[in-house]
Amino acid sequence: MSTPTVEKHSAALDAAELGGVKLITVTVRIRRFNPEEHPDPVWVDYQLEMDPKERVLDALNKIKWEQDGTLTYRRSCAHGICGSDAMRINGRNRLACKTLLKDVNPEKPITIEAIKGLTVLKDLIVDMDPFFQAYKDVMPFLITKGNEPTRERLQTAEDRERFDDTTKCILCAACTSSCPVFWNDGQYFGPAAIVNAHRFIFDSRDEGAEQRLEILNDREGVWRCRTTFNCSEACPRGIEVTKAIQEVKRALVTRRF
Amino acid sequence: MQIHKYDTVIVGAGGAGMRAAIESTQRSRTAVLTKLYPTRSHTGAAQGGMCAALANVEEDNWEWHTFDTVKGGDYLVDQDAAEIMCKEAIDAVLDLEKMGLPFSRTEQGRIDQRRFGGHSRNHGEAPVRRSCYAADRTGHMILQTLFQNCVKHGVEFFNEFYVLDLLINDGKTAGVVAYELATGEIHVFQAKSVVFASGGTGKFFKVTSNAHTLTGDGQALVYRRGLPLEDMEFFQFHPTGIWRMGILLTEGARGEGGILRNKDGERFMERYAPVMKDLASRDVCSRAIYTEIREGRGCGPDGDHVYLDLTHLPPEQLDAKLPDITEFARTYLGIEPYTDPIPIQPTAHYAMGGIPTNVEGEVLRNNTDVVPGLYAAGEVACVSVHGANRLGTNSLLDINVFGKRAGIAAANYAETVDYTELPENPAEKVQALVDGLRESTGTESVAQIRKELQESMDTNAMVYRTGDTLKAAVADIAALRERYKNVAIQDKGQRYNTDLLEAVELGNLLDLAEVLAVSALAREESRGGHYREDFPTRDDKKFMQHTMAYQEVAADGTTSIRLDYKPVVTTRYQPMERKY
Repeated sequence: MSTPTVEKHSAALDAAELGGVKLITVTVRIRRFNPEEHPDPVWVDYQLEMDPKERVLDALNKIKWEQDGTLTYRRSCAHGICGSDAMRINGRNRLACKTLLKDVNPEKPITIEAIKGLTVLKDLIVDMDPFFQAYKDVMPFLITKGNEPTRERLQTAEDRERFDDTTKCILCAACTSSCPVFWNDGQYFGPAAIVNAHRFIFDSRDEGAEQRLEILNDREGVWRCRTTFNCSEACPRGIEVTKAIQEVKRALVTRRF
Repeated sequence: MQIHKYDTVIVGAGGAGMRAAIESTQRSRTAVLTKLYPTRSHTGAAQGGMCAALANVEEDNWEWHTFDTVKGGDYLVDQDAAEIMCKEAIDAVLDLEKMGLPFSRTEQGRIDQRRFGGHSRNHGEAPVRRSCYAADRTGHMILQTLFQNCVKHGVEFFNEFYVLDLLINDGKTAGVVAYELATGEIHVFQAKSVVFASGGTGKFFKVTSNAHTLTGDGQALVYRRGLPLEDMEFFQFHPTGIWRMGILLTEGARGEGGILRNKDGERFMERYAPVMKDLASRDVCSRAIYTEIREGRGCGPDGDHVYLDLTHLPPEQLDAKLPDITEFARTYLGIEPYTDPIPIQPTAHYAMGGIPTNVEGEVLRNNTDVVPGLYAAGEVACVSVHGANRLGTNSLLDINVFGKRAGIAAANYAETVDYTELPENPAEKVQALVDGLRESTGTESVAQIRKELQESMDTNAMVYRTGDTLKAAVADIAALRERYKNVAIQDKGQRYNTDLLEAVELGNLLDLAEVLAVSALAREESRGGHYREDFPTRDDKKFMQHTMAYQEVAADGTTSIRLDYKPVVTTRYQPMERKY
């Protein structure tokens, strides 16, 4: 079998294999908040030597492990799957573990603060309970009637594809906490809950769409969406969130899904 | 201090914990205590699939799956447990589908299946399509589906509650003690039955696919209560971690046709595994990769990695079947997997060993007797269905089959008994631990000790081991354990004190790393994931048995490890030479 790519390296592969030697000095500016210490938040600068190809999460870890153990944030998988570390980096919602320093202009101070619209409890940690409550309110589980089949329910690849985008959600809250409507009205379900409703409304096996649509027809439901596309831009999984919300709106009008 | 009372307490909200919770919540009053929010667990990082002999795309049966599991585990698998797992695999997959899991589908609309390492047709004839999958996000879908069903069944979660002690009174389970991260408050949960489902312990290695949070919490606290840990020397190194970062790239990539290549572009697995080639079991592939590197055929300026080559696969296939891992290559390496091979190296991935249980999930206190009311399931446990080397996809299977079994067994047990009385001052030990760390005036740093531990483990206890390297690891760990006594934290507060949390986690890692190294030193043979260059062959006469490690505490408080051994359960397969 021919293996041209192994013999002839692209510039990108060469860069990947040669990297890791050039350290730069990065300033990370973090909005710290600990009500045990002080009632108001305060911006604190940290300087550290980093490889620009490292993640923002690596920078936070380096600060916590080497400079200031009181810095507090959530993290787990460190590669964009678990949804723990959504935060505002240079004013935009991102996952710290999926954002490389070189992509957020490390020449200038990198600002990091908690996501907006949810109560900050300490540093970058927010109260996630209202977020998960909205998720629970849309009945995010398969609803079926009648007897269960012995084997699997059949679903064509095409029907499976219909809701593929919204199955990718990792419940990180980057979308919901980027939404200006949610900032002003904490009662609004928010994009993430609607995404998870979409995931079932358009699943050919599900029979609970009518119930979910009624819930989302509520005053605090999909109609609050002002189509600003912040959510789609914020989604670290690349879900077309605004499109999903539009599809739910359309299903409400046409009752077709 | 608060005291709560539940019939059943489940520790951990990953795949095994939530699968158990779905069962036990419907049968008994259940609380799930988890140090993370439920969907943050590392089950979500699993990619390639979950094997079951559905025979949706080609002939297959559960007996072949059992054989592959036993052979994959290098005959250290308890065969009665493997039979149960492979038989119940079919219903486990169908259960998930009925719960709503969006599996990838065949043209007929059935659950699609693909090839995976070590899974074969008719006892090793050729690779078989057995892995049920949802693109390369199967773990994510399982985790989301289980959480969705926990919501449906109203499972009661205590999020960000870190369990720090197990309460046993008069030999019976009495409950657990937890530390609430948000407030620093200590909670005692009295329970008739307790299920540990707290996951693995990979963070004692440096290059690992494991989350920051996988610190062996359940294993360590059970061990400190005098209960054994089984087969801790068997740790799986997954062949394809992203070079230096350790991020997992699924074996499904090779199941879809991906090829491992050395710097000469050679498909080197043909030399190591003529039949299964790139789909040989993980231990075989990882050793092959390191052999290539050691013999000077590694890639890159330092020759310290090899390539996972997907460039011959159509981009549409990569987009449809492997969207996440190709994105990882783009995000973290800046390369395009359509046209560039991906630099990879083996990454510490999975603990085959753990808390010994029987097939009902009941925890053993010695080779034969159980601790009434205590259960474990998932990576924290050792049933043992994985033996010396777990087959790819069998971990997602394990959490579903044995999570369900443990959940049912724990709830049924709770129905038949009264509460065991709490011991006097139940939170005493945890209070002392937390206060000790918060008030410590020591000079050692958690991050520094952890870094040195990880470096020693990578150097001395990874894919290739010898008596000398393992002795070095034992000595390093002993020194680090001494230094740990003098560790201090900077955050003295009550609220979300993750500084304190990391210090506790490091204590767990140190204890478990010591068990791994001591168990590995005593096992003078090579089997599955445990390879001793000074004893390169398998020794069934002496070592076809499970290691059981106990912590012994002397009168002056010093601890040591006592090793015992437990026979392997063999039903239909006699050990044979393992070839792929």
